Amino acid sequence: MIEVKNIYKTFNPGTINEKKALNGVDLTLEDGDFVTVIGGNGAGKSTLLNAIAGVWPVDEGSIYFDDVNVTGLCEYRRAKYLGRVFQDPMTGTAADMQIDENLALAARRGKRRLWGWGITASEREKYREMLRELDLGLEDRMSAKVGLLSGGQRQALTLLMATLVKPKMLLLDEHTAALDPKTAAKVLATTDRIVEEHHLTTMMVTHNMRDAIAHGNRLIMMDEGRIIVDIRGEEKKRLTIEDLLHKFEEVSGEEFANDQAILSK
Amino acid sequence: MTLVTLLNRMPGDVAIGIIWGIMALGVYLTFRILNFADLTVDGSFATGGAVAVVLITGGVPVPVAMAAAFAAGVLAGLCTGIFHTLLGIPDILSGILMQLALYSINVFILGGANKAIGVGKYNLCVSMLKVTPSIVVALLISGALIAVMYWYFGTAQGSAIRATGNNPAMSRAQGINIGLMKVIALALSNGMVALSGSMMAQLNGYTDVGMGRGAIVIGLAAVIIGEVLCHAIFRKNSGFLLRLIFVIVGGIIYYMVMGFISWLRVPTDGLKLFTALIVAAFLAVPYLKGKANSSFRKAGRRGANRE
Ligand SMILES: Nc1ncnc2c1ncn2[C@@H]1O[C@H](COP(=O)(O)OP(=O)(O)O)[C@@H](O)[C@H]1O
Ligand SMILES: [Mg+2]
Repeated sequence: MIEVKNIYKTFNPGTINEKKALNGVDLTLEDGDFVTVIGGNGAGKSTLLNAIAGVWPVDEGSIYFDDVNVTGLCEYRRAKYLGRVFQDPMTGTAADMQIDENLALAARRGKRRLWGWGITASEREKYREMLRELDLGLEDRMSAKVGLLSGGQRQALTLLMATLVKPKMLLLDEHTAALDPKTAAKVLATTDRIVEEHHLTTMMVTHNMRDAIAHGNRLIMMDEGRIIVDIRGEEKKRLTIEDLLHKFEEVSGEEFANDQAILSK
Repeated sequence: MTLVTLLNRMPGDVAIGIIWGIMALGVYLTFRILNFADLTVDGSFATGGAVAVVLITGGVPVPVAMAAAFAAGVLAGLCTGIFHTLLGIPDILSGILMQLALYSINVFILGGANKAIGVGKYNLCVSMLKVTPSIVVALLISGALIAVMYWYFGTAQGSAIRATGNNPAMSRAQGINIGLMKVIALALSNGMVALSGSMMAQLNGYTDVGMGRGAIVIGLAAVIIGEVLCHAIFRKNSGFLLRLIFVIVGGIIYYMVMGFISWLRVPTDGLKLFTALIVAAFLAVPYLKGKANSSFRKAGRRGANRE
């Protein structure tokens, strides 16, 4: 179970650039929950994921992974509980290292990195099988530098790396936004497969309402650093885009039409 | 000067080049692997020389003195790393501060600006008095260092250092303590630089607190010459081991070219200017190549032709 209890975050406090990015977010995820997150630009979606990942300390509130209070743990210490995929395909992998070396780095997440081999022959075989399942032909290019891969290939690889050591939570921040529609669909299908296979507790931010509705068992909408809509269960299954637009108007009192570009269908 | 003088000085130049190459291995570690331009080396090279000379003349066995020089370099790198990671000082500035601090420390260690060893008295590991054995010993030491580096960067920790240099954001997300990795890499790098300084002092039978001036640029020169040559010979087949070997080759070639130029009676002070220009030129090449492929001038010309 993941518990986010009443967290606040203000960037550049006391300056002209002050920005209250999180305004008391409460969120409890049951094991195996797959939550999609939508909201306009600057609503605080990435900030919420970054708060959970410990990119910086929150101002108030606390975060629990099961019984562990991780509020005081910095990013690299929290990493052992988390798998993350970012919007920019460049962020999640080391471009100058080989595909198999990247996987081996991920396989050691949460372990002490001492003087044992950075990668072993038996590991390589395991990775070859996993890459084969991605169906991108990467299993034959394991010693290629990751920098040579396409954006979609890098995101699929990052997804594999994020889940190689089973995380307590998988954080996906618009991980298909930088990809062309066809590649995005493929990466999303891979996401669904991996999440299901490992029964992963997942948060997925997306710009695309259709994706937000089609994936996961729960949907939250954010606005001005708050969660303003939280839909799950049967209601989530029956949800339509019209319902969502309606909800947004109801809760925020704004006309959604202005935001078409942001929450594109 | 005759050709004979040039040929005569060549073996000595090779020995010096190998020792600069060992220093360049340290520079390679920070500059290429960690992606950190570490200017500490100008200071830690001289520190290595100072520690070795003081200990050797004090009667300490040569290998122990060299180990102590290595340890002193490790400490220097540790300080630079702490300036950068714990105190948040930018990388270049951390190195410059440490370099300045080391100048005073080196004077303090030496008890003056320079000191001679008294070559005949000690069983030095390298010496200009016996050039050929010195070359062999220097090559053996470089070989051992390359082997250790090759092994280390294949371990989990070494891989984490490579990842830190390549993509810090990804490294943190994978649970790597990037601050610690930087400190370790800086410490090891400066350890190697100081070891090389201790060898240079023995080779010359003499050390000077200014011995390391420009070391970073010489190290870069060796690294770059090695890379260009390695790429020219092996193209894309150049693995990590070959690249390390070519750092030493780069050091040798660098110093032989320097020897050739001073044989042409260019004043020694002009050599530093020449080195700086060469390194600047090589560092600029990748950038200029990119420019040549896509420049505003060309785009403008293409646009004009179309009208
Ligand atoms: N590191 C930061 N420093 C300053 N402001 C930030 C930072 N991260 C986010 N913000 C601001 O916080 C607000 C929420 O941003 P974000 O969470 O990225 O929105 P989104 O919902 O589009 O992902 C924005 O106004 C953004 O400019
Ligand atoms: Mg965002």
